[in-house]
Amino acid sequence: MYELKSVTQTYERRGQTVTALDHCSLEIPDNDFIAIVGPSGSGKTTLLSVLGGMLAPSTGEVLLDDESLYNLSIEERTALRGEKIGFVFQSFNLISWMTACENVQVPLMLCGQSAEQQRERAMELLDRVGLADRTEHQPAELSQGQQQRVALARTLANDPQVILADEPTGNLDSETRQQVMKYLTEFHDDGRTIVMVTHDQETAAFAKRTIRLVAGVTQELNIADAA
Amino acid sequence: MKIQSMIWKELWQRPTSMLTSLVAVTLGVAALVAIQNIIVFSEEKIAGDLESLGANVLVLPPSVTLQDYYSADMHGHTMPEEFVTRLALARMPGVENLAPKLCIEATVDSIPVTLTGILPRSEFQAKTTWQGVGMFTNAVGTDRGCCATGIDAGDDDPNSLATTRTIQKLGERDVILGPDVAAQLGATTGDKLNLLGEDFEVLTVLPATGTIDDGRMFAHLHSVQELSGAGPVVNVIEIMACCEDAAGSLITNLSAELPDTRVITIAQVVETQVAVNGLMSKLSWVFFSILLLVGGASIASVMYANVTERRKEIGTLMALGASRRFVTRMFLGKAAILGLAGGFGGFAFGTILALILGPQLLDVSVQPMPQLLAVGMFTATVVAVAASFLPARHAAGLDPCLVFNDA
Repeated sequence: MYELKSVTQTYERRGQTVTALDHCSLEIPDNDFIAIVGPSGSGKTTLLSVLGGMLAPSTGEVLLDDESLYNLSIEERTALRGEKIGFVFQSFNLISWMTACENVQVPLMLCGQSAEQQRERAMELLDRVGLADRTEHQPAELSQGQQQRVALARTLANDPQVILADEPTGNLDSETRQQVMKYLTEFHDDGRTIVMVTHDQETAAFAKRTIRLVAGVTQELNIADAA
Repeated sequence: MKIQSMIWKELWQRPTSMLTSLVAVTLGVAALVAIQNIIVFSEEKIAGDLESLGANVLVLPPSVTLQDYYSADMHGHTMPEEFVTRLALARMPGVENLAPKLCIEATVDSIPVTLTGILPRSEFQAKTTWQGVGMFTNAVGTDRGCCATGIDAGDDDPNSLATTRTIQKLGERDVILGPDVAAQLGATTGDKLNLLGEDFEVLTVLPATGTIDDGRMFAHLHSVQELSGAGPVVNVIEIMACCEDAAGSLITNLSAELPDTRVITIAQVVETQVAVNGLMSKLSWVFFSILLLVGGASIASVMYANVTERRKEIGTLMALGASRRFVTRMFLGKAAILGLAGGFGGFAFGTILALILGPQLLDVSVQPMPQLLAVGMFTATVVAVAASFLPARHAAGLDPCLVFNDA
């Protein structure tokens, strides 16, 4: 379970203090599916970075399974990220010079699995996202939808407890968007927690809860509001 | 997949920048290897040349320069033979043997030959005034603990000329042939040769020594002086001194005894050559350092560019669980590969250069020196890794939040 306790994040920009998150408190139970919506610059990505253990908040506390993320050292947080958190990015962030299979192998390599184990697991995951015949293709040889599916397979590689998705359908057409959301829903149904930042109401509709973020302040929307 | 295979694969994604750095490192190592290689074998050749020369002190006419050293007895300048007598009478400590020579050009059956007049030891012993000296019959240096072995005065074998530079007996119409000139003239022991209008009998054909003596004829000094009309003169007096200590003090004594001559010790020649080699060696390290610095700067620049280019990739790896240590290793590993490859390439290129240029430019035969491979690879790797340290640290310190779309 995730818990944000009065998290504030401020930046200094050209001598001015910008507040990205303003005493933000949020509870995300296990196996929740949250969509975070809001205008540009409202702090959505900052919230995702804080949840991902990549940006220490100025004040407040972030707990994951009752463990304070930012009381851990950088190396411990990195290890925890590799173990419990998966990421999905708007622009997929695949490594351009690696094949689909190698891209999926990366998280497995980072957690020390053998080359055989990595490859076996990568093939299994690519098969799951319908890319068993594209395993040796580089990202440039794949469509946008296929690239996002490789990225989804990579996200699942270490069987993360939480998936943080940053505009996962932002670069996709409507058909591919549906496909990607179907996979994310499947991952949620597997028991994972999903926190998704999106601009798109249709995409947000796949979530169980929607949080609106305005000027760094969270507001829980009911389903009717979100629609 | 392992970090090594990842580094290797990434290396080939940007071949131009990689090759630029590699060439810079390779050139640095190649310069060192080529110059060091030539220097080492040049020193060996000089040592061999000096060894084949036999004598370690030369007394030359004053107008002969150091540059004439290797053709010391073919320079055309002469000095009185009386200098030999003066040296013998001086009984200088450390002098083991004297070998005066007069070299002239002659012909045998219209074939041009170099005829060297030499004085057999029996001539010294025959002269009453020199018998008191005891030179060449006693081991001169042994009483000073200087020479381990003296010249064996009892050795009558004419072939001793090839090894000791002296001969015990030589008749006035005897001639000794070097193997090359014997082959050229088709002459063997016992043959008669017409030389300077007189018939000479071939006493022996010397074994090959690999020196200029292989192409020469040797006759009695006085016969050469008489028949050539040169008079009682010599071109050079070769002195076999007992050891370095004797040779070191000897030069002062020799110069004092024969002020109108030029006295050259092997030590001087060696010191001059060693100084030149030392300078070249130092220069090669200077080239090596400069080129490696350029290579290092090039690698640092390429690495910084690489980090900038791969910011998103690095951020993604960090988001996926890559530690700072892993990112640092990724860049330092790449640098190590460049260093090792540059070191190996530089060794190969430098060795080939030395193999080609050594014989052509300096008449030195060169062999590969494996120890330079170790030096080249180690230094190039250290420089490449050191140059990449800051870029690697920079990469490891990147903010992983940059992976997000609007970061």
